[in-house]
Amino acid sequence: MSTTATTTIAHAVPPEAGPRVFLRRLRNGDEVAHVLTLIFAAGILLITSLLVYELWANSHLSRAKFGWMFFWTRTWDPIFDNFGAAPFIYGTLVTSVVSLLIAVPLGLAAAIFLAELAPRRVSDALAFLIDLLAAVPSVIYGLLGIFIVVPLMRTTLGPALKGALGFLPFFSGPNYGVGFLTAGIILALMVVPFIISVSREVLLTVPREQREAALALGATRWEATWQVVVPWARSGIMGSVFLALARALGETMAVTMVIGNDPRISASLFAPGYTIAAVIANEFTEATGDLYLSALIELGLVLFLLTFILNGLARLLIAATERGGGRPA
Amino acid sequence: MKKTLLAVSLLFALALTAGAQSNPLLLNAAGATFPYPIYSKWFDVYHTQKSGVQINYQSIGSGGGIRQLVAGTVDFGASDGPMSDEQLAQAKFKILHFPTVLGADVPTYNIPGVSGELNFTQKALAGIYLGTITKWNDPEIAKTNPGVSLPNSDIVVVHRSDGSGTTYIWTDFLSKASDDWKNKVGKGTSVNWPVGLGGKGNEGVAGLVKQTPGSIGYVELIYAIQNNMPYGKVQNAAGKFVKADLAGVTAAASGAAKEMPEDFRVSITNAPGATAYPVSSFTWLLIPAQIQDAAKRDAIKGFLKWMLKEGQDYNEGLSYAKLPKPVVEKELKAISQIQ
Repeated sequence: MSTTATTTIAHAVPPEAGPRVFLRRLRNGDEVAHVLTLIFAAGILLITSLLVYELWANSHLSRAKFGWMFFWTRTWDPIFDNFGAAPFIYGTLVTSVVSLLIAVPLGLAAAIFLAELAPRRVSDALAFLIDLLAAVPSVIYGLLGIFIVVPLMRTTLGPALKGALGFLPFFSGPNYGVGFLTAGIILALMVVPFIISVSREVLLTVPREQREAALALGATRWEATWQVVVPWARSGIMGSVFLALARALGETMAVTMVIGNDPRISASLFAPGYTIAAVIANEFTEATGDLYLSALIELGLVLFLLTFILNGLARLLIAATERGGGRPA
Repeated sequence: MKKTLLAVSLLFALALTAGAQSNPLLLNAAGATFPYPIYSKWFDVYHTQKSGVQINYQSIGSGGGIRQLVAGTVDFGASDGPMSDEQLAQAKFKILHFPTVLGADVPTYNIPGVSGELNFTQKALAGIYLGTITKWNDPEIAKTNPGVSLPNSDIVVVHRSDGSGTTYIWTDFLSKASDDWKNKVGKGTSVNWPVGLGGKGNEGVAGLVKQTPGSIGYVELIYAIQNNMPYGKVQNAAGKFVKADLAGVTAAASGAAKEMPEDFRVSITNAPGATAYPVSSFTWLLIPAQIQDAAKRDAIKGFLKWMLKEGQDYNEGLSYAKLPKPVVEKELKAISQIQ
């Protein structure tokens, strides 16, 4: 489509001398738009590189002192200046994974219902509410966690899980109500609107012919949805999941309110933990020592790296599934 | 076109002259969050009633306050913990400490079936926070609380997760109460806690304690008073169990005032005196000893004088303890060091 458009324009405009073309395009606004958008695009790149540079430069002390051990050390001791990121990396990954395990099935199912099964009017009304949900500030989710999810976890949900799955290491040990699982649940509530909203949009863009063809071949409605429509929209749905993952990785306020803020690596999901974003928010303002501050900044760098790697993996995954014939082209 | 230009320039001129007429001297300060309510009250009253001096205070935390002061981006700083010798040596100019108000921490707890005030020995608190005392009916707790039926349940320890002056006071006290604590954990605005859950802010700790049966936490005295929270008595250096109140905190400061060093960098946790509450501390303003700008220098000195005299009367309304007289007199003398 776009190639034909450019060729017609190229034919319509007779070749002219360089500067005159430039001037005319300048007058038409083409060149201005080109330069302006280029500047803005470059700005994004510049901001990202500045961010990395600042994190890199300011974490110098910590990098020099701890080296690669920073990733493996389990202590975080501001008094004796011994810092390691392991419990925070672990906490960040565990809470994000738990949240996705809950949010993906929930979000995908809701998106399928809204896009495929619900009447258009209901779907639009609900989609509006879901977008509203995505805009709720995270401190509100944190309060929801403190007042509803934490007591529920301590008195009902936790004991029930322990009773049913207590033989697994994930569901053993003391249950305070705060911890990895509670943080994962709150994160799931926060990211589910992203998954629903984006997935629904993607499902709606699947061409009508795809469905009709499947139905014409004798598929039931559900078969057409699950075997044709969802695979067609797979890469878009994956995109929504990784958007959700990015939010879960970086969430600070709501997590710190319900995770227990204890830098320890425990197999139990009931145990209190800590995430990278939470410890930075908690300790940055009162960090007095130079090495302490530097270690906190290095944690920021680690979080950036983590996001970068996970996003890279996401791209690879999407590329792989597309090559594998996910979308019936 | 010309008309708009004229209007705009007129507006500018007006704004400029208006600015020149009132000409408020603007001072920038940053630091501790704990004394922020009283500081903003003082700065407001001092600005509107006493002088044209406007002080813009940002409560970004003690660490931030020290950094900004050393970097020279603010006129003075504020901190809940005194600056260390190392930090003072790093600064390119001399920095003076001026105590402003007093604060204290109290132990608050939630034990099903126990409603009275518990007595905590220093050993008991240190043991609980070290993780060596794990049950509520431990002899160390039981022996000072006769008549209270303490349950045989686990103690859930709660501490602050964010770096704060409250934690500094608490860990400073525990360091004096126990050598184990001093050597293994130490004192600071954030420490490597041996056990426990972290709550963000006083409200986070209070919330966790309220919701978790069998828990103990520490909050600022002001917070406990304002929220009508029950809290326990703590054994002081004289062996007496003292329930924290503003008078007890001031008593602790008087007890320590006799040995007050010239630079005011002193810890008053575990201070001598029968009525002294042991988990108390000063909070300080950090003022450069040399201030080039004469107007700013006079403004800061003027404010310090006012704060030490009239300013102290606002303390108790906001639940801060007053500075004891000997400390005030000593500080008034120290103001002349600012040049």
